[in-house]
Amino acid sequence: MKYLDEFNDPELAAQQFEEIARIVTRPWALMEVCGGQTHSIVRNGIDQLLPEQVRLIHGPGCPVCVTPLETIDKALAIAARDDTIFCSFGDMLRVPGSHHDLFQIRSAGGDVRVVYSPLDAVRIAAEHPDKEVVFFGIGFETTAPANAMTVVEAKRRGLTNFSMLVSHVLVPPAIAAIASSPDTQVNAYLAAGHVNTVMGTAEYEPLVERFKVPIVVTGFEPLDVLEGIRRALLQLEQGRAEVENAYPRAVKAGGNPAAQAVLAEVFEVCDRPWRGIGVIPASGWRLSERYRDFDAEDRFEVTDLHVEESPLCRSGEVLQGLIKPNECEQFGITCTPRKPLGATMVSSEGACAAYYQYRRLALQEEVRA
Amino acid sequence: MCLGVPGRIEAIRDEQGTPMASVDFGGIRKDVCLAYLPEAEVGDYTLVHVGFAITRIDEASALETLELIRSIGNLAEELGEEPADLAGDPVVGGGGT
Repeated sequence: MKYLDEFNDPELAAQQFEEIARIVTRPWALMEVCGGQTHSIVRNGIDQLLPEQVRLIHGPGCPVCVTPLETIDKALAIAARDDTIFCSFGDMLRVPGSHHDLFQIRSAGGDVRVVYSPLDAVRIAAEHPDKEVVFFGIGFETTAPANAMTVVEAKRRGLTNFSMLVSHVLVPPAIAAIASSPDTQVNAYLAAGHVNTVMGTAEYEPLVERFKVPIVVTGFEPLDVLEGIRRALLQLEQGRAEVENAYPRAVKAGGNPAAQAVLAEVFEVCDRPWRGIGVIPASGWRLSERYRDFDAEDRFEVTDLHVEESPLCRSGEVLQGLIKPNECEQFGITCTPRKPLGATMVSSEGACAAYYQYRRLALQEEVRA
Repeated sequence: MCLGVPGRIEAIRDEQGTPMASVDFGGIRKDVCLAYLPEAEVGDYTLVHVGFAITRIDEASALETLELIRSIGNLAEELGEEPADLAGDPVVGGGGT
């Protein structure tokens, strides 16, 4: 398919690997922020084909994974109500709450529906005026314009039975949190290209200034990922720290102004707890005053929650890049995609899911050897 | 979740005031909201995320990136360098293999 095949060319990828090997003289650690890139890297074995001196650290860019447990528990409580249709992206259904997940709510009779586009939830709300329709609005800046438009549409159509449970997160504050941690090992960041498609690149300049780390806007196909890695390494080897765009076919410096205008109207910045990481200041979006009527947290009083994280799950360390998924004792044993202990094992962007899907056989071989 | 899929805009229509497009993804067609890409035209390639077109894919930039990647290989050849010999063979690192 156009714009996919060209960026999967194995011969050009081999050239890229050679070039990377040529420029690297010292050990470096790069963090790919986005879980989609983690999956591309693990699926294609990119980390295993890089020179030994180059280490990739998987970042927290998985919105399903970082949605706070308390918010998941609220979603479960709302979804279990008789008068409610609960709509969500499919990724969320198997994410473990304190006691169960959305699949279990559905098998117990709850009306839980998977939507491809958030606009589907508005359509469902229009078709079911006798029901409360709640959409689980999660995501990074890439998904936020779609979710924002959902609320705008609901307001325009005068739908009073629609609301959104919001848990939006932002990339730049997460990079700042990782870069300011005294334990950080990251020398450069591959920024999540599709986030930049919406937001542009200006927000990253202050981070480069403050932390003196290269940030390279990177795409998702193997050649895109390799080009991001190559440019980050070249900056490190040359002692530069700049914002660079290695994904110009999709990312313009100014981002998408139409999307930014709607985001500014619908959302406002707030502090947000990230599952497994903790509260990161000014790292989330919530509905602005104008759209607060559509906030499911205000509409449904959910109390009596007993939030309880699995004591065995180490997804917080995985999300911060402190351990690899297979370094967790539970990986593939007590924790599998069918019976996950944490969200990183079930999300299509979760690092544990990537290792389970593409590496578990090789990892088992290694254990046996 | 931040997956974006490239597709070609085949038709554009107005649906109750919202611009919508029929987008072809290598044979599969889907309805896509164009609210964030109002300038899009039939024949454009766009990146689609959860049913929304979020950017136009710029053909010239795509070709430029590919050209750059190709030229890196050529450059190494032209300089007579054997890239793998300089820093050791690209090693199969860490991980499972």
